[in-house]
Amino acid sequence: MAMPETDREPELHVALEHVLVCFGTREVLRDLSCGFRKSRISVILGGSGSGKSTLLKVIAGLVRPRKGRVLVAGEDLVRLPERQLYEVRKRIGMMFQNGALLDSMNVFDNLALPLREHRKLTPEEIATEVHERLEAVGLTNVDHLLPGQLSGGMVKRVALARAIIARPEILLCDEPFSGLDPVSTKRIEALLKTINRRYGMTTIVVSHHIPTTMRMAEHVLALLPDGQVEGTPEELRASRDPRVVNFLNEDAGDTPGLADEVEVLPTAGTATRRMG
Amino acid sequence: MIVAFVNELGELAVFTARILSALLRPPFRGRLFVDEIYKLGVLSLVIICVSGFAVGMVLALQGYNTLVRFGAEQSLGAVLGLSLIRELGPVLTALLATGRAGSATAAEIGTMVATEQLDGLRMMSIDPVDYVVAPKAVAMVLVMPLLAALFISCGIFGGYVIGVKLMGVDAGNFLTSLEGAVDFHADVLGSFVKVIVFGVLIGLISTFRGFTSAPTSAGVSFATTSTVVVGSVSVLIFDYVITALWGV
Repeated sequence: MAMPETDREPELHVALEHVLVCFGTREVLRDLSCGFRKSRISVILGGSGSGKSTLLKVIAGLVRPRKGRVLVAGEDLVRLPERQLYEVRKRIGMMFQNGALLDSMNVFDNLALPLREHRKLTPEEIATEVHERLEAVGLTNVDHLLPGQLSGGMVKRVALARAIIARPEILLCDEPFSGLDPVSTKRIEALLKTINRRYGMTTIVVSHHIPTTMRMAEHVLALLPDGQVEGTPEELRASRDPRVVNFLNEDAGDTPGLADEVEVLPTAGTATRRMG
Repeated sequence: MIVAFVNELGELAVFTARILSALLRPPFRGRLFVDEIYKLGVLSLVIICVSGFAVGMVLALQGYNTLVRFGAEQSLGAVLGLSLIRELGPVLTALLATGRAGSATAAEIGTMVATEQLDGLRMMSIDPVDYVVAPKAVAMVLVMPLLAALFISCGIFGGYVIGVKLMGVDAGNFLTSLEGAVDFHADVLGSFVKVIVFGVLIGLISTFRGFTSAPTSAGVSFATTSTVVVGSVSVLIFDYVITALWGV
């Protein structure tokens, strides 16, 4: 008997199958298989050099794996030529770690660029869209500022506004909380949740900020030295898999208040390759 | 080493094909192209004019001191004009453009690679070769003849000032010998062919080096340096090849 609609898991929007990525002779991602469901907030966790950002670039089609399949909305990016990748990327928005804003353009032009390139809008319509997205990330009166004149938090918010300017189906965020003070971190976290709710975008966030991850994620993929573990934040907290416990403890050491939280984790259940 | 060189030549050929493809396919980015003409051409005017004037003055001094030994100082205009139009104008303009505009182009594109701005364009479904590279490469080809013409004009003017005003060569003889010696088809058009080839070389090398640079500060530095080195050497080698083949 078919499950009621409300009980069904959303379909996979992004799926990776046996992906191998190498830089020279170094294997960055080895035999990685995982999936990200539609309209969910997923967070990719992992230590430095674990391949988190590379995984995001693989999903964006910016890095081609040596082996495996990368399915984005049913299209296998690995088999697509560069020209067709540009068509798929119209459905993806990406917020880069350092913003990647074009430094020769002001904030308004940075946001307006994809609209001018791909949509036949009047200048008034473009201005409306740009200001709506800037307001969505809590920015006003920044149109004429150059990226070099913005603070770190503002760069992240402008980058987020640019990532969602064309209303993509999938939003990729690379380390949105890095280098931010606690107030800005919470603001970006709230923004991502709001955007996810308002636009229903499949949101994939790369982060090593565990407290934020545990608060916002509906699904977590942890890239650990000897394999990946995925599940809900609750499942990760409950895990007795030493890899997971060690990873959470190590990171908790840098985060006041979290060490206690990890020590009183429930002991039931064992981490497996697929927990959720 | 040979394999790496051939491999790089192959990559450069593919890169060139992508630029040509971008030029033939809409949208045509007129505004970006004009911006690049300004950055590569207008901002190079001072260095080109000053250098051209200085080279003309030196040529006139050296030329006069040599010609006067044979009583041929009235041919100074011809010597100056032919040297500048056939050889020094195109080559020195190309070397100056490599140092100023070529290195700036490689550094700008390399910095865009290092700061993920090119990836940002890709994620907006904008091909960086269309949007960043092609306007710069084509602008370089178009500004080169104009810069070379300016260099030659300033050089002749510098030579005139020294030869006529300082050394006492007759102004009429100077201009007549210049006009009589320079042939439009053989000299001026030949010079034009040279600067176009040099423009293509500098445009391609600088954009290619920037586009393929490693995404680090050292990578940008290497791209900039190698643009100047490879660009300058290529200009001198192609100068010999064109001169040997067509006698320009």
